Amino acid sequence: MIGAARSPLMWIVHASVLLLVLIWTLPTAGLLISSLRDKDQLAVSGWWTALSSSTRNDVFRAPTAEAQVERDGKFVISGNVRDSDAGKVSAFGISSREPVAFKAGETVDLADGAKLTVQEDGSYEIVSDKSMEGARGQRIFFTASTPPRFTLDNYHEVLNAEGIGASFINSLTVAIPSTIIPILIAAFAAYALAWMEFPGRSLLIAVVVGLLVVPLQMSLIPLLKLYNGVGGFFGVPAKTYMGIWLAHTGFGLPLAIYLLRNYMAGLPREIMESARVDGASDFDIFVKIILPLSFPALASFAIFQFLWTWNDLLVAMVFLGTGNNELVLTGRLVNLLGSRGGNWEILTASAFITIIVPLIVFFSLQRYLVRGLLAGSVKGG
Amino acid sequence: MQQLIYAILTMAAGVLACVAYFFGTNWVLDQIFPSKGRSGAQASKNLRITNAIRPWLFLGPALFALTIYLIYPVIESVWLAFHDRSGQNFVGVSNFVWMVNDGEFRQSIFNNFLWLLVVPAAATFFGLIIAALTDRIWWGNIAKTLIFMPMAISFVGASVIWKFIYDYRAEGSEQIGLLNGIVVALGGSPEAWITIPFWNNFFLMVILIWIQTGFAMVILSAALRGIPEETLEAAVIDGANGLQIFFKIMIPQIWGTIAVVWTTITILVLKVFDIVLAMTNGQWQSQVLANLMFDWMFRGGGDFGRGAAIAVVIMVLVVPIMIWNIRNARKEMGGH
Repeated sequence: MIGAARSPLMWIVHASVLLLVLIWTLPTAGLLISSLRDKDQLAVSGWWTALSSSTRNDVFRAPTAEAQVERDGKFVISGNVRDSDAGKVSAFGISSREPVAFKAGETVDLADGAKLTVQEDGSYEIVSDKSMEGARGQRIFFTASTPPRFTLDNYHEVLNAEGIGASFINSLTVAIPSTIIPILIAAFAAYALAWMEFPGRSLLIAVVVGLLVVPLQMSLIPLLKLYNGVGGFFGVPAKTYMGIWLAHTGFGLPLAIYLLRNYMAGLPREIMESARVDGASDFDIFVKIILPLSFPALASFAIFQFLWTWNDLLVAMVFLGTGNNELVLTGRLVNLLGSRGGNWEILTASAFITIIVPLIVFFSLQRYLVRGLLAGSVKGG
Repeated sequence: MQQLIYAILTMAAGVLACVAYFFGTNWVLDQIFPSKGRSGAQASKNLRITNAIRPWLFLGPALFALTIYLIYPVIESVWLAFHDRSGQNFVGVSNFVWMVNDGEFRQSIFNNFLWLLVVPAAATFFGLIIAALTDRIWWGNIAKTLIFMPMAISFVGASVIWKFIYDYRAEGSEQIGLLNGIVVALGGSPEAWITIPFWNNFFLMVILIWIQTGFAMVILSAALRGIPEETLEAAVIDGANGLQIFFKIMIPQIWGTIAVVWTTITILVLKVFDIVLAMTNGQWQSQVLANLMFDWMFRGGGDFGRGAAIAVVIMVLVVPIMIWNIRNARKEMGGH
């Protein structure tokens, strides 16, 4: 909007935005790439090298003399030094002091008159004119390069063995009702606060704005006591899905009421007045006119609340149990950080499963999210 | 799967119950005080009564939930803060005396202030820079989407992402953490970043800045676009350059929005919990108030008195912003 769009300064703008975008996306990209890598490669090389071959130094011990076969008057021991099919041998050696003394394909004289050849594909041959002896097999040092390997094995493992699959269902169980219930309750309250006349209305609005920022920490201990009390009184468990749905409903209500009230208050007054002249009651007006018109605001809040309940750790840790059919994804991920701290193939794959649903929601419904953010922050000045 | 079906059925039942409540109570109200088909005086009297009652029917469930889940707990927490670990016996201010003398609490307060100084400032700064830069290039919206993306990621997920970046391998072996990879490539020696006292706070703050910059960017970008064109054109005619326009014309016009972004992130920072729990759990002197509070809630069977006292401290820090918000909201409504 400011002139001079072709000036060299524009290149600086392009470059700095590119740099910032890279800083903001590389962490997530690293996680995704790592979660798809073979776990042995992941453990020994950085994800930024994922596309280049990794080299590894290894040692192989050939079988003892018992394995030799006689072929054309010569005695031969053969096989392959690699434990899997992938990779090429670039160099080999016969002593630990010089593990890469020879190139693949070369022939080496061994101590007792035998000859050793190691090919690029890893196959080796020890050939001798006389029958070989000795209880120990020949050691062969080699350097092999392994091509990059990408696999979904990590995902298979965490979904089944690590309980991420079960937790995924648990998170859905928490998030869906916790999103729908507050919308319904808040919509009616927001309409009352926006368009109905009654004493104490502006005080109630102020209370809602105040409650927007009450820290969750204030609610935890009293509600824990309350839940334990109610659970003990009725003889039911204190930590149930019902309990966490209601807790998320309570905590989400201030934002829901605030967002929806602001939106509804902005709707044109004439619509409601003409309906009222036609004899419609407030209930009719709300259900038939306001609710459909408020869809954008409802969608904005729904996205917020879904992201918040799906990503929540604190409320779930306090109000939901830790059994296999109750532990949510975030809780499971924290547990894995403790128990499998060094197993990055498990952590990266698990983390990616926990963030994939929010990311899909984010990319498909970003428009509503932005609108909600703009409406939800108390305007200043 | 079974529990998901159970959840959906319960949800359907809950939604039906809500609908039944709203529909039912309104129907009952209209039956008791009918205004249609009555004579003038009777109808207008009934209409007055229903108009007085109906708002409370609409508000009922919301007020009930707000009271149980937010208003009552605030009062109860304050009450508990002056009682012992079981919440039975009044102990005066001894929880707060303990707090002041507790090294871990003082560490948490110190760290929280560090967070408060750095995170809102950094996130707002980056958000503003990015908003201003992306407005001028054709692929600005793509850039914004990518920078906004971390907003959707949970704090725990973000912690795993960054813990991987900070990962440490002993010197000599190949680094798999990006930060140590860069440090080693530049000739430095690798460090276990999150275990270095004091500085580890900043490595944790990076995570929250990474998440919150997108929020600041979205809000500030909208504010920048809302600046009237005429003021910018006038500045251009007067010969102001790009930087002058940005700092002298644009920034002063969006101070209010900057303050909103700043305070919103400040409140988030006061409640930061998941990141510290997942990254260090308060080890290596990285404790913060919210995590300390969670700790005391369950430590040794749970000390509700001390936990509540820490929660009250967080609340006290939030109160000024709360009052400021309420005043702004009232001012705005007064203008309508």
